[in-house]
Amino acid sequence: MIALTPYIVIIPLAGFLLLGLGGWRIKSERTLGLIGSGTVGLSFLLAAGAFVQLLGEQPGSRKHIFELFSWISTGTGGSSLSIPVSYQVDQLSILMTLIVTGVGFLIHVYSVGYMHGDPGFARFFAYLNLFIFAMLNLVLADNFLLMFLGWEGVGLCSYLLIGFWYEKTFTGDAAKKAFVVNRVGDFGFILGMLLIFKTFGSLNFTTVFNGAGVLSVGNPTIFWVTLLLFVGATGKSAQIPLYVWLPDAMAGPTPVSALIHAATMVTAGVYMVARCSILYALAPATLEIVAIVGAATALFAATIGLVQNDIKKVLAYSTISQLGYMFLAMGVAAFSAGIFHLMTHAFFKALLFLGSGAVIHAMHDEQDIRAMGGLKHELPTTYKTFLIGAVAIAGIPPFAGFFSKDAILLNAFSSEHGSAVLWVAGVVGAVMTAFYMFRLVSLTFEGEKRFDPHAVHPHEAPKSMTVPLIVLAILSVVGGFVGVPHYDLVEEWLSPVFAPARLKLMGVEAGSGTTEWLLMAVSVAAAVGGVIAARRIYLDRIDLATNAVQRFKRLYTVLLNKYYVDEAYDAAIVRPILNISEGLLWRGFDVRVVDGAVNGTAKLVEGISARLRKIQTGVAQSYALVFVGGIFLIVSWYLLR
Amino acid sequence: MNFIDQHILTVVVFLPLAGALAVAFAPVTSDETIKRLGLAAVTVPFLLSLYLFFAFDSTKAGYQFVQHVPWIATLNISYFVGIDGISLLLVLLTTFLMPLALLGTWNSVDRRLREYTAVMLLLEAGMLGVFVSLDLFLFYVYWEAMLIPMYFIIGIWGGQERVYAAVKFFLYTLFGSLLMLVAILSLAYFASTQPGGQFTTNLLDLSLLADRIPPNLQLWMFAAFALSFAIKVPLFPLHTWLPDAHVQAPTAGSVILAGVLLKMGTYGFIRFCFPLFPDAAVRAAPILAVLSVVGIVYGALVAMVQTDMKKLVAYSSVSHLGFVVLGIFSMTEEGMQGAVIQMVNHGLSTGALFLLVGMIYDRTHTRMIADYGGAAKFIPVYATILMVVSLSSMGLPGLNGFVGEFLVLVGAFKSGILDSYAYAAVAGLGVIFSAVYLLWMYQRVMLGPGREGGMYGGHTLTDLAPREIAALVPIIVFIVWIGVYPSTFLSKSAPAVRNAVEQMENARRGIHVRYAQVSPVSSSSIAKAPQAMPKGRR
Repeated sequence: MIALTPYIVIIPLAGFLLLGLGGWRIKSERTLGLIGSGTVGLSFLLAAGAFVQLLGEQPGSRKHIFELFSWISTGTGGSSLSIPVSYQVDQLSILMTLIVTGVGFLIHVYSVGYMHGDPGFARFFAYLNLFIFAMLNLVLADNFLLMFLGWEGVGLCSYLLIGFWYEKTFTGDAAKKAFVVNRVGDFGFILGMLLIFKTFGSLNFTTVFNGAGVLSVGNPTIFWVTLLLFVGATGKSAQIPLYVWLPDAMAGPTPVSALIHAATMVTAGVYMVARCSILYALAPATLEIVAIVGAATALFAATIGLVQNDIKKVLAYSTISQLGYMFLAMGVAAFSAGIFHLMTHAFFKALLFLGSGAVIHAMHDEQDIRAMGGLKHELPTTYKTFLIGAVAIAGIPPFAGFFSKDAILLNAFSSEHGSAVLWVAGVVGAVMTAFYMFRLVSLTFEGEKRFDPHAVHPHEAPKSMTVPLIVLAILSVVGGFVGVPHYDLVEEWLSPVFAPARLKLMGVEAGSGTTEWLLMAVSVAAAVGGVIAARRIYLDRIDLATNAVQRFKRLYTVLLNKYYVDEAYDAAIVRPILNISEGLLWRGFDVRVVDGAVNGTAKLVEGISARLRKIQTGVAQSYALVFVGGIFLIVSWYLLR
Repeated sequence: MNFIDQHILTVVVFLPLAGALAVAFAPVTSDETIKRLGLAAVTVPFLLSLYLFFAFDSTKAGYQFVQHVPWIATLNISYFVGIDGISLLLVLLTTFLMPLALLGTWNSVDRRLREYTAVMLLLEAGMLGVFVSLDLFLFYVYWEAMLIPMYFIIGIWGGQERVYAAVKFFLYTLFGSLLMLVAILSLAYFASTQPGGQFTTNLLDLSLLADRIPPNLQLWMFAAFALSFAIKVPLFPLHTWLPDAHVQAPTAGSVILAGVLLKMGTYGFIRFCFPLFPDAAVRAAPILAVLSVVGIVYGALVAMVQTDMKKLVAYSSVSHLGFVVLGIFSMTEEGMQGAVIQMVNHGLSTGALFLLVGMIYDRTHTRMIADYGGAAKFIPVYATILMVVSLSSMGLPGLNGFVGEFLVLVGAFKSGILDSYAYAAVAGLGVIFSAVYLLWMYQRVMLGPGREGGMYGGHTLTDLAPREIAALVPIIVFIVWIGVYPSTFLSKSAPAVRNAVEQMENARRGIHVRYAQVSPVSSSSIAKAPQAMPKGRR
């Protein structure tokens, strides 16, 4: 099965080509949906087969490379550039592949119901298949450049899908913003690659990581490499300061938010750091930056999530916050804990987004939770599954999110690179997570109906949508058991991948048993406290919330307006660039200075010729006068000098 | 070498010339017939250059398909043509774009069609001549000859401000080329002052003189050549003729201007400045690299704020050509290979962009971005093709632009001659800005709510006709091809690039090794001189 790895990537590409070039001829949604989901399902089966085969191999030899053809190469000799299209299956990439194709498949199936009747049905599935293709390139690539192809490819699909309903004005803005902000990050990625190539003479993972193995910790070049790559990660994975595109990206269809902006693409940065664990292990300074940025983002986004009223916006900020947790894990060198959270998050966040899609569907495109309430009776399946997702993300045992978040918090405290401050940030973030999630659940599904029941008739979603919800709900319940502390299968599975990094990091052992239990108890208490507080306020004592808003009006406005970061970026970066480009460069330099000089020269020549023309009067006497005058001047100069 | 291979370049160059004569004097009156005749006259050279492509031996660095005939014997000027892998790609680009440019603008020209077609054919002959000449005099003749048809194309078939644009274009380029002529003559004269030497304009003979020219003289001659080429590229800050010329030129003129003409400048650097003045080139590399990096950012920033689509694309050319020059003067294999493939890429993507802008202009008679919005709803095929071409232009991996830009960045980054990361870092900013100006234009033209009834500029917008699609699809094919499997083309130019890089590297180290690039057919007078330099390796 492993030998079929290239097909895992090629099949979705075939689906894209089929749907993209021939889709407009296929009128039946059934056929289109079957092609769209079928290709991803097939990829998942191939990946599962490969996974099973890997299970049967020795841990040390679970790495296979498939080279297809030479992509970009120049020159000869040692330091020449030679980049193949080549895929690498190992413990990490197969895990990511399973998540991408598995969750991806469920979301494709869900989309068949969600996009029913949309005139762009074929186009939608073409884009989704292209996305899966790009994402698989990202995770299966065995060199940085091919990974970058996937990296930019998923960005493109994100752009296309955010702007899918292109007739709405704001989708175009959101799509462009997503692409451009991501490009800022990609600028860092590119420079990082250049530095890697200059340092190691190759962009191939094996070569680079082996080369890094002999370097010592604290190498300055590696510091810059990892920092630049991390800039790329902050773009793709929506971390401070480049997170601003993700909330706007919610303008896309909800399955897109679930697939791209929650479960898969936004985790690319986390994957990339994990893939380069050996490099990061060599750069403790970068690790510290990663941890701080991750913790700060986790907290920062959670505070905004507390007050948002758009169901998808709450989930979007929650995603940014959870990605922050993953980077916190990376920053404290708990690579497998981060990947573990990446996996469980893919389950429950996809579930939550798809659930919100079912709600939006039922409410005729209403997204404001202030106009919802009491939906649990009309949407029983959606409610139950959504509740499971909320419990999972809140970190209540034994749901999936509990184990992964607990692993991160434990490491944030006790890892060599961890600290109490990071841990406190994580716990406070966890309280807020539980709070905003149950605020969302309470306002959406419980309590009074705050919409006009005569105008809106909510109805449960069709089977194609509820079945994926149920499957994801099951995964959100049981998904955490693969990472139970001390029986952590995820860590065991991934350990060969992170072994070289671990060697550089020296002894990083979790704290004593008592500390561990204590920390766990605190984080559970935090989660439960958040849940209870939210339910109490939003179900029984809504006045507490309104009073708080009144008392802290300023703070509330700041949070509601997301700290005015968009406005600040606009005033500090976007406007000045446009003004300088237009006023100073174009109208100033181009038109005034250069063209002014060119036209001026032309005018000057013209003017001089016009004057010179007058000298040629044709009158011999005046020529003679000038002649005599000239002689007089020359002679006097000779005489008088 | 067989008879065909010896004469094929001449045939390729002169066929369009013959076509021009045929079009000018053919006893036909129907416009349709004239157009078909024109199309046939540019298609045959393309087919012949396909033969060149397949018959070209990519293991050799030297010139192939060489033809060498004495011309003005007293001055030792000869008709000397030949191509290496670099010129091969540019010849192919030229002959490939010509039919598409004519096909894509089939109904755009409504006056003096016969003259227009003839002049376009003359232009092609001139451009091809530039790319195959190995004699400086011959090269100069073509270089100047090609100016005239372009001048007429802008000046007669252009837009409102065509006369100003045409004169500006003409004077700008003429200014540069006159200095180049002076440099050519002094170089030829310098050859005659050498022991045993004689007056010559043979490129290969002259390149053997490189290390005998006193450094300062070399620098002056280099400057004269470089100025001429920099204007043509155009390199910042000599670019201001370009937006005017592009905007005023008719669509096919813009396509050829951007697609091919600009490459003559960058090609000139590689073909003439490097072998003739290697030391000066090495010394000047940082200056030219700085100008190109400034141009990359500057062009992109100014493109961002344009209100006219054509002008936006024109400024984007300044940015893209900056990458080419940066790659060339990185003097590394990666950088120069990137530059060569980027020349082709820019010809494809910018050529396609101009075609697309022209096509929508033909329908609505407006190029102002503000006059559009939501057009994708009415012209989905157009919107899709514009998206792909825009992505190619902004260097999305998997499409052609990325290959060139990335190689250039690698070259600039590792270049020992430039020796600073700053070049690549600043050039990399172009990656961000190109996404901004292209996507922003796309958004303002294509996305958002559509105008009622698809009315734009008072005209109903209709999607692309089969003929227009036929003109664009071949470009798309190569956009993807080069993006996925660039080796087809990179392998052709690799030996020539390697040769040039080695020579520059030696110049940097002060080593002067003779490279016999080809055995010139005729006697190479200087090489035979008694004090001739050490025998060439290889």
